[in-house]
Amino acid sequence: MSMKLLMGNEAIARGAIEAGLNFAAAYPGTPSSEIIGTLAEWAEEFEYYVEWSVNEKVALEVAAGAAYAGAYSLVAMKQVGLNVASDPLMSLAYIGIKGALVVVVADDPGPHSSQTEQDTRTFAKFAKLPVFDPSSPEEALMMTKDAFELSHRYGIPVFLRPTTRVCHATAGIRFSAVEKNQPEGFVKDSKWVIFPRLSYVRHQWLEEQQLKLSREFDSNRWNYIQSGKKIGILAGGVSVLYVREAAAILGIQPAILKIGNPYPLPTGKISEFLDQVEEVVVVEELDPVLEEGLIAVAGQKGFTGKIHGKISGLLPRAGEYSIALIKKVLANILGMPDSEEITPESGNEKAPDLPVRPPVLCAGCSHRASFYAVKRATKNANAIYTGDIGCYTLGNAPPLSMVDTCLCMGAGVTIAQGLKRVEPDRPIFAFIGDSTFFHTGIPGIINAVYNNHPVKIVILDNSTTAMTGHQPHPGTGKKAAGTAGEIIDPVQVVKACGVKFVETTNPLDLKSAEAVIRRAMEFQGPAAIVMRAPCANTFKPVRRFRIDREICSDCGRCLRELGCPAFYREDSGVKAALQIGPACHGCGLCSQICPLGAIKAE
Amino acid sequence: MADKLDILIAGVGGQGTVLASRVLAQAALNNGLLARTAETIGMAQREGSVQSHVRIGMPDFGPLIPEYGADVLLGFEPAEAQRACRLIKPSGFGLVNIHPVRPVTVTLGTSPYPLEEIQQYLCALPVKILFINAFELATVAGNFRTINSVMLGALSSTGLLPVKAADIKDVLLEMLPERVRGVNDRAFELGKEALR
Ligand SMILES: Cc1ncc(C[n+]2csc(CCOP(=O)(O)OP(=O)(O)O)c2C)c(N)n1
Ligand code: SF4
Ligand code: SF4
Repeated sequence: MSMKLLMGNEAIARGAIEAGLNFAAAYPGTPSSEIIGTLAEWAEEFEYYVEWSVNEKVALEVAAGAAYAGAYSLVAMKQVGLNVASDPLMSLAYIGIKGALVVVVADDPGPHSSQTEQDTRTFAKFAKLPVFDPSSPEEALMMTKDAFELSHRYGIPVFLRPTTRVCHATAGIRFSAVEKNQPEGFVKDSKWVIFPRLSYVRHQWLEEQQLKLSREFDSNRWNYIQSGKKIGILAGGVSVLYVREAAAILGIQPAILKIGNPYPLPTGKISEFLDQVEEVVVVEELDPVLEEGLIAVAGQKGFTGKIHGKISGLLPRAGEYSIALIKKVLANILGMPDSEEITPESGNEKAPDLPVRPPVLCAGCSHRASFYAVKRATKNANAIYTGDIGCYTLGNAPPLSMVDTCLCMGAGVTIAQGLKRVEPDRPIFAFIGDSTFFHTGIPGIINAVYNNHPVKIVILDNSTTAMTGHQPHPGTGKKAAGTAGEIIDPVQVVKACGVKFVETTNPLDLKSAEAVIRRAMEFQGPAAIVMRAPCANTFKPVRRFRIDREICSDCGRCLRELGCPAFYREDSGVKAALQIGPACHGCGLCSQICPLGAIKAE
Repeated sequence: MADKLDILIAGVGGQGTVLASRVLAQAALNNGLLARTAETIGMAQREGSVQSHVRIGMPDFGPLIPEYGADVLLGFEPAEAQRACRLIKPSGFGLVNIHPVRPVTVTLGTSPYPLEEIQQYLCALPVKILFINAFELATVAGNFRTINSVMLGALSSTGLLPVKAADIKDVLLEMLPERVRGVNDRAFELGKEALR
């Protein structure tokens, strides 16, 4: 049988199934989202339960509950999701689980699609929980299975920490047999109830496990030495592969200690490695987790060779690593020329300036209409617009420029309240997406009502979690595996939270949307406007618009105010006539602002 | 025809670079070759610059092609091809769709798009570059969104791939939903004929 090309995230899903998965929960977040997406597709065939939970804390807790009853359970999130889930995580490390619980947390060195570059290995160290750190999709599959086995044997949650270049890389994968786990059921016991006295006892127990795990990792298949000469390299994650390729290009054979379990560190293996080398380079993205561990071992055993890495200032702590970077560093240490190869550009004159190509709201995106309506209604009002995380963060770009703050999920509605107390005379609008509303928006809205912060909350209800790949959420009534669930209407929720002004409008009807916003501004007290129109990426356009060249005076107002990417000019300059290209999604917003009525449906 | 080949696909979010890289890699696997890819997935997919790396026959290495390591540059868009040309080998080959996707920064006049200069710059590179108007061919096939199939068809006719054109088309059509297979089949064939 030929191999199937799977993405790292799909390989993790497959590994979980092969390990005997009973239960999976997650909240989406790049680069982790496809794990549950894949599990949802295969749920029926392999008979496990899978859900999109409302946020990461909820996902971890439901997954822990399933594990309390003996299930093989998985929870997945992106690295910042772990901040939201950190409260249950810290206690769960003490309490432990039955069954098995694998916590998949995807890190994003770069970052490509995240608000921080936090390192989950550091978090795992803080929580005192073991970690598997794969280098490739193949390893991700095998490590997932080992993580379930380890979690079951020790009765503690275990981390799997892939990074973007594992999650979103693909490789040929061979499938193995699927194990079955039959959950035993929940057995009542005082050990499930955390109390200070129990915490002390369990803390001691957890510390003992650290030592046992470290010894176990000294000899498992994920931490091994590839012997070589001259110089030693300690590396983990995808960096190991970059090291191998850089060494091959330079034609050197360093000794390599590959660490697949960065916590608790296999210190015995590190000590063995230090006996074989004279000098060490530590290569790992983000925090110096391996490096600090190695320095501690080196200090204890009196290793006198040089240790190069982030602490010595040689390698950066921020950003993604590359083969080129590692090649340069190794060449430098070994005193080799980093042979500047003949590059394709050499001999060529200066390269022409390239266009900047930032991500933008799609043509026909309903968020554009919502932002534009609020912008018009608040013209000259000196308003502040707090934003949040989702596609709608892209509303910060000109010409809309409608996102003044963005911090973390749910913070738009709350930051607005602090601003309002200090700036009582300025209108404050808080934008929040529908998935973000369910994730962490609701407590902030209750706070606005309870403490009477008269902010104007704009809920951008596009019936999907668009940014992360269009997952369903409680407002859509669709569930992970495609079945129908209860629809939870943000309008009812906001009313139940005590907001007295709640109106729903279609932002693509510009006049009525503006009227609603004006009414909300006049209202004394917190107000909510639900802007309801589906994400343009979830349906096919039924019409397209074009500019009637007979009527158009080329004033450029539609382009200048909306910045819809469907607009273009043939010659890239400002001379050629403005046109609407085939990317038009037919939202009709531009036709509503053309002063001459030159934009018409085809 | 080498059995080791690094292909870099450069384009704009929404042009289907991810599908193209998966098709090439799966077709290689079906022919008993090792293959891996790395793609840009996430925020940049909203009309930003995206790159897909396809590595065929590289055993122990990562999914990213090193600088100046790509044997083939598949440019879905001219400016993105130039942005990616640091990755191509001096002895490499480039196939570039000449139809530009002008970002809204260009239409707004805040960013340049010197198409002719970009084209000249690419031509002056010491690598073999072929241009194709994949947008036009995709439109002829029936949908401008089938640029990726046009490009795959054209690439598979160069004789550079260790996989037959028919195998690539089979994988492509298999990965697509039923209702768009016809138009993509036409697009692939138009691309294949274009370089003749
Ligand atoms: C704590 C946390 N979890 C997950 C994410 C990833 N994430 C970014 S935006 C987003 C969802 C946005 O959905 P929605 O609010 O509906 O806005 P849309 O993208 O549809 O406009 C998610 C899950 C994150 N940034 N932080
Ligand atoms: S109708 Fe106008 S604003 Fe809407 S997608 Fe088409 S060009 Fe863009
Ligand atoms: S995917 Fe949907 S929500 Fe996101 S920018 Fe495009 S239309 Fe807007």
